[in-house]
Amino acid sequence: MRTKQLSVAVAAVATLALTATACNSGSSGSSDMKVGLSVSTLNNPFFVQLKAGAQAEAKKEGVSLTVTDAQNDASQQSNQIQNFTSQNVKSMIINPVDSDAAGPAVKAANNANIPVVAADRTVNKADVATTVASDNVEGGKLAAKTIAEAIGGKGTILVLQGTTGTSAANERGKGFTEGLKAYPGIKVVASQPADFDRTKGLDVTTNLLQAHPGVNGVFAQNDEMALGAIKALGSKAGKSVKVVGFDGTPDGLTAVKDGTLLASVAQQPKLLGELAVQNAVKAAKGEKIDATVKVPVKVVTKDNVAGFAG
Amino acid sequence: MATDTLKSSTDTGRAPALRRMLLDNGALTALVVLAVAMSFLSGDFLATQNLLNVGVQAAVTAILAFGVTFVIVSAGIDLSVGSVAALSATVLAWSATNQGLPVWVAVLLALGTGIACGLVSGALISFGKLPPFIATLAMLSVGRGLALVISQGSPIAFPDSVSKLGTTIGGWLPVPVLVMIAMGLITAVVLNRTYAGRTMYAIGGNEEAARLSGIRVKRQKLVIYALAGGFAAVAGIVLASRLASAQPQAAYGYELDAIAAVVIGGASLSGGVGKASGTLIGALILAVLRNGLNLLSVSAFWQQVVIGVVIALAVLVDTLRRRA
Repeated sequence: MRTKQLSVAVAAVATLALTATACNSGSSGSSDMKVGLSVSTLNNPFFVQLKAGAQAEAKKEGVSLTVTDAQNDASQQSNQIQNFTSQNVKSMIINPVDSDAAGPAVKAANNANIPVVAADRTVNKADVATTVASDNVEGGKLAAKTIAEAIGGKGTILVLQGTTGTSAANERGKGFTEGLKAYPGIKVVASQPADFDRTKGLDVTTNLLQAHPGVNGVFAQNDEMALGAIKALGSKAGKSVKVVGFDGTPDGLTAVKDGTLLASVAQQPKLLGELAVQNAVKAAKGEKIDATVKVPVKVVTKDNVAGFAG
Repeated sequence: MATDTLKSSTDTGRAPALRRMLLDNGALTALVVLAVAMSFLSGDFLATQNLLNVGVQAAVTAILAFGVTFVIVSAGIDLSVGSVAALSATVLAWSATNQGLPVWVAVLLALGTGIACGLVSGALISFGKLPPFIATLAMLSVGRGLALVISQGSPIAFPDSVSKLGTTIGGWLPVPVLVMIAMGLITAVVLNRTYAGRTMYAIGGNEEAARLSGIRVKRQKLVIYALAGGFAAVAGIVLASRLASAQPQAAYGYELDAIAAVVIGGASLSGGVGKASGTLIGALILAVLRNGLNLLSVSAFWQQVVIGVVIALAVLVDTLRRRA
């Protein structure tokens, strides 16, 4: 008897708590159009900014945007997409945890005739209205060019790879390798994973400097790892060793201002979020949109960092 | 015990004593074998600077693992330490940088946060009768979530005075290593010399017998998880001070490294067995491995395979030795 009462009480409290949080994060507009956004993870400033851009645009367009966080779990994301489908959203934006794993759930949305916009990463084996993404390969090439010119076309460099197997790590690495082909005097002496993580960037760079103390440059496939590398380099960062990062996060841009980070190939996560919502709204209205929307990347250096707002 | 043997041995007896020490301790043998192998494979491994680097890189895992040792010795498990570390560091940075509180208050708040998280887990286990796995799994999620809520998902700059914890004394002696040694000594003293430590072994050996012999098991469990939470807070502060920035997503998955370090160090997941020195060796094995794989430029795909194999081998050496 007592346990029963207790469980009723617990259920009541849980419901209250859920309602409270729902009110907190819920709809940002009052119109009829409901749009869903499933973000891969909010455990990363990049996607937090993507979400902020999407919410701002939704407010501007007067649509009600529901944001869910998949916490980097592909199966959780597929549940969220199913929930969007059953909530009858007019269109949805998915920022896939995994391009392949998102396929089946998006297919179900296709069957329900709900247009899906892929953001930042593509969805495989299902139809999307459009893919809004940064050009990672181009960004890798630009990073190679920037670092090569800064060290005068010859020398040795380290590469810090992102999480192995992710498309961002693959594409940035591919672009960087292609870009370096134009500079035969530059040699990559070590290419090691640091999982897009600042602490790992610090540890891996410290270890690599032990084996290769005389390097001229470091290319990190995101700013977090670049900031770790800068910590490891200490006073050498920005002087005898040039570091180039990727993403243009607020902390990365501060390091560019300080001169420790030579450049960050900036994606524009807020713009990415805005464009995703714009295209989702167009798709919901049945307007024609391009199959891919490329969000431009930009090399941010000390010269232009002042005018760059992420 | 091992040092006693060394002291009493004469010059001629030194080699057998060393051999006995290695044979008595599977994890230490594994660490020595690994270190010797690394020094043959890479000329850069055995440099003083590199060995100090290994110490720094082991520090955070070791401090977390010391806290988890208390829990595992008493036959529990704590999955929340990585999240609690991130939460404590975030609380410190937020209260000092965003709220402008004095740094010492912020440090106390951070330590308090860690201990409070541990107390909540402990209360859920003792009084809510939740299995430790579930209670601390819940805390893993809550801790990470609160860190994100407080920081709004973005890193917060760490106060400079605390960030000194992440640097060196005199340009070469890394503070994280000193903190690791201090926390290790505290762990050894608690386990071997205090009432709380003795009750941990008793509860881990046989909880019912411990209760019948008059130990207040429920209250001791609160102490155990609070200690683990407090250690996690220290680890979080050291981690964030190395980067001079508190990151809500820091220490992600570190609970597994911590548990691995404790078990590699010879503790038993069924409780009653475990030592501070073993845990330190376990953490060092993991750090030597990651450092060596970088020095040897092993491919990203293979690194995870190698780490898994070495963890299994290290524990296997220990179990085989016990059986013999």
